[in-house]
Amino acid sequence: MTPAVDEAAVDLGVEIAGTTFPTPVMTASGCAAAGRELAPFLDVARIGAVVTKSVLLDPRSGRATPRMVETPSGMLNSIGLQGPGIDAFLATDLPWLVQRGARAVVSIAGGSLGEYAELGRRVGVAPGVAAIEVNISCPNVEDRGLVFACDPSQAARAVAAVRRGVPRDVPVLAKLSPDVTDIVAVADAVVEAGASGLSLVNTTLGLAIDPETLRPVLGGGTGGLSGPAIRPLALRCVWQVHAAMPTVPIIGVGGIRTGFDALEFLAAGASAVQVGTVTFHDPSAPARVGEELRGELAVRGFTSPGQVVGVAHRSAQAPIDRPVPQGATL
Amino acid sequence: MTAATAHGPLQVTGRVLSVDRVGDYHHLTLVASGVAERTRPGAFVALAVGGPQSAMLLRRSFSVYRARRSGVYGGTVEVVLAVHGKGTEWLAGLRPQDEVDVVGPLGRPFALPQEPVPCVLVGGGYGSAPLFGLAERLRARGCGVHLVLGAATERRLFGVLEARRAAQSVEVTTDDGSLGVRGPVTAVLPAVLGRTCAAVVYACGPMAMLRAVAHLAEERGVWSQCAVEESMACGVGVCMTCVLPVRGEDGVVRMVRSCTEGPVFRGDRVLWDDVGTVPEGTLGAPRSGGHR
Repeated sequence: MTPAVDEAAVDLGVEIAGTTFPTPVMTASGCAAAGRELAPFLDVARIGAVVTKSVLLDPRSGRATPRMVETPSGMLNSIGLQGPGIDAFLATDLPWLVQRGARAVVSIAGGSLGEYAELGRRVGVAPGVAAIEVNISCPNVEDRGLVFACDPSQAARAVAAVRRGVPRDVPVLAKLSPDVTDIVAVADAVVEAGASGLSLVNTTLGLAIDPETLRPVLGGGTGGLSGPAIRPLALRCVWQVHAAMPTVPIIGVGGIRTGFDALEFLAAGASAVQVGTVTFHDPSAPARVGEELRGELAVRGFTSPGQVVGVAHRSAQAPIDRPVPQGATL
Repeated sequence: MTAATAHGPLQVTGRVLSVDRVGDYHHLTLVASGVAERTRPGAFVALAVGGPQSAMLLRRSFSVYRARRSGVYGGTVEVVLAVHGKGTEWLAGLRPQDEVDVVGPLGRPFALPQEPVPCVLVGGGYGSAPLFGLAERLRARGCGVHLVLGAATERRLFGVLEARRAAQSVEVTTDDGSLGVRGPVTAVLPAVLGRTCAAVVYACGPMAMLRAVAHLAEERGVWSQCAVEESMACGVGVCMTCVLPVRGEDGVVRMVRSCTEGPVFRGDRVLWDDVGTVPEGTLGAPRSGGHR
């Protein structure tokens, strides 16, 4: 094993599709609101980015309660994209993030191609947007309510609709659902449609039954399963997509709780990660995981997250690109 | 640290000072540096359960029963809990010196009257816990304090003895008649409101009780301040699970978070009959043919 380097020698900065982030650890959409609520627990300017809760064109009440149930190492949610709508978001939430010096990755969600296009146009020109993440795990009202993310061509059309209205220098990330037979096919389609990178993955559908009523716990019946329970599933998706498309930037998301969990995703092929459900357990988690990752890198002799990206795909004998330890003789 | 955050919540490693059985409940005292100093009556704390490797990710939120600024061991916060599941079971099984991750104080506390007016405080079950600190603050302002405590059984009442010290008058009700008047708190509340000429009713307890108390207060033109016990995942405002329909000052009904905009609400603002639904006309509610 390569000798450890000093933690101070690790530069956590990463570049994704031309945009730089001070650390590879971001919040995950739907798990940090628009950042402000986490300010008592972490400095939003010092984490990689704040990925905001998906915003729609209009205000949305969300679903009836109960919206959440705890499951082993995870939870199910059925929030229903509650939010203030794009006008209020651009007037209040985004300026707060920009003023605080945070990188704002704005998640958008629509029910039709027209809505995706309009959201892309409006967010794309808003000052201070580091990137747009397209949440395509939404029912398409023009296609019998089928979820965009579950069909490669519909997923591609949604991403293309956004991409057309967004300035070239603003990356458009597509957040994919793991609830598909072939995630590589969806990844391929959205990259072809103009996605600059991929966020892998959204929640996977789950169900919990109430012990007394023997009916679904959640008001919406099924819900999205998240948390460490889905980490191996998310990691597998990152692994498969990176193997097929090694040059496409991937942001890994799914159950990351510790610095080592983040390192796993980097090794599988992610350039950055998002910390989601674990933020409910530990509101400082997006900052803590970044610092823990620094330690995990240093102890293995790495000075940058980029040195680890995709190493899990190389044969066990292949050399890993580490810096030469100080004082070593060549 | 800026002045603005000095009043906000903290995340600290709390240390258990004691866990005591009180009737059907557990009374947990935690040394939680800095949290007590910021806590006002009605605020709550969100506790992580199961230790650092826990498979239970969601925090458990509890109204603060007492917050003592300093003691031999530093500031302490006390909560009262009922064992409902594995998380509360874990908390009830804690031993002195055990560590618990504490986030708090959270939420909007009870609003206090400007004038020294008579106040009635209604607690259902262990919902009485935050009322004792409130009673102290109200008395300090010269307000008359009258307590009504109700529960299913005597063992599910909390703080009856303490109530006698904290208030000018105390009424107790139980569903089974094991202590005090048989029936719900609303069996005695109208008489108490009349006798005390109450200007404000404070209430904490199950949703059905809050609804009944708020309706009674409304009928009599009395202000009410109700602390809800909605199920929460994070307690800090990021998960959006603890919502209920509330009418704002602009007349618009919104699904609002009970963690950040509550847990204390004006009783006349909450659409009690519609809790658990998204009532028609709520901002952004589904329309026919609209989103699902």
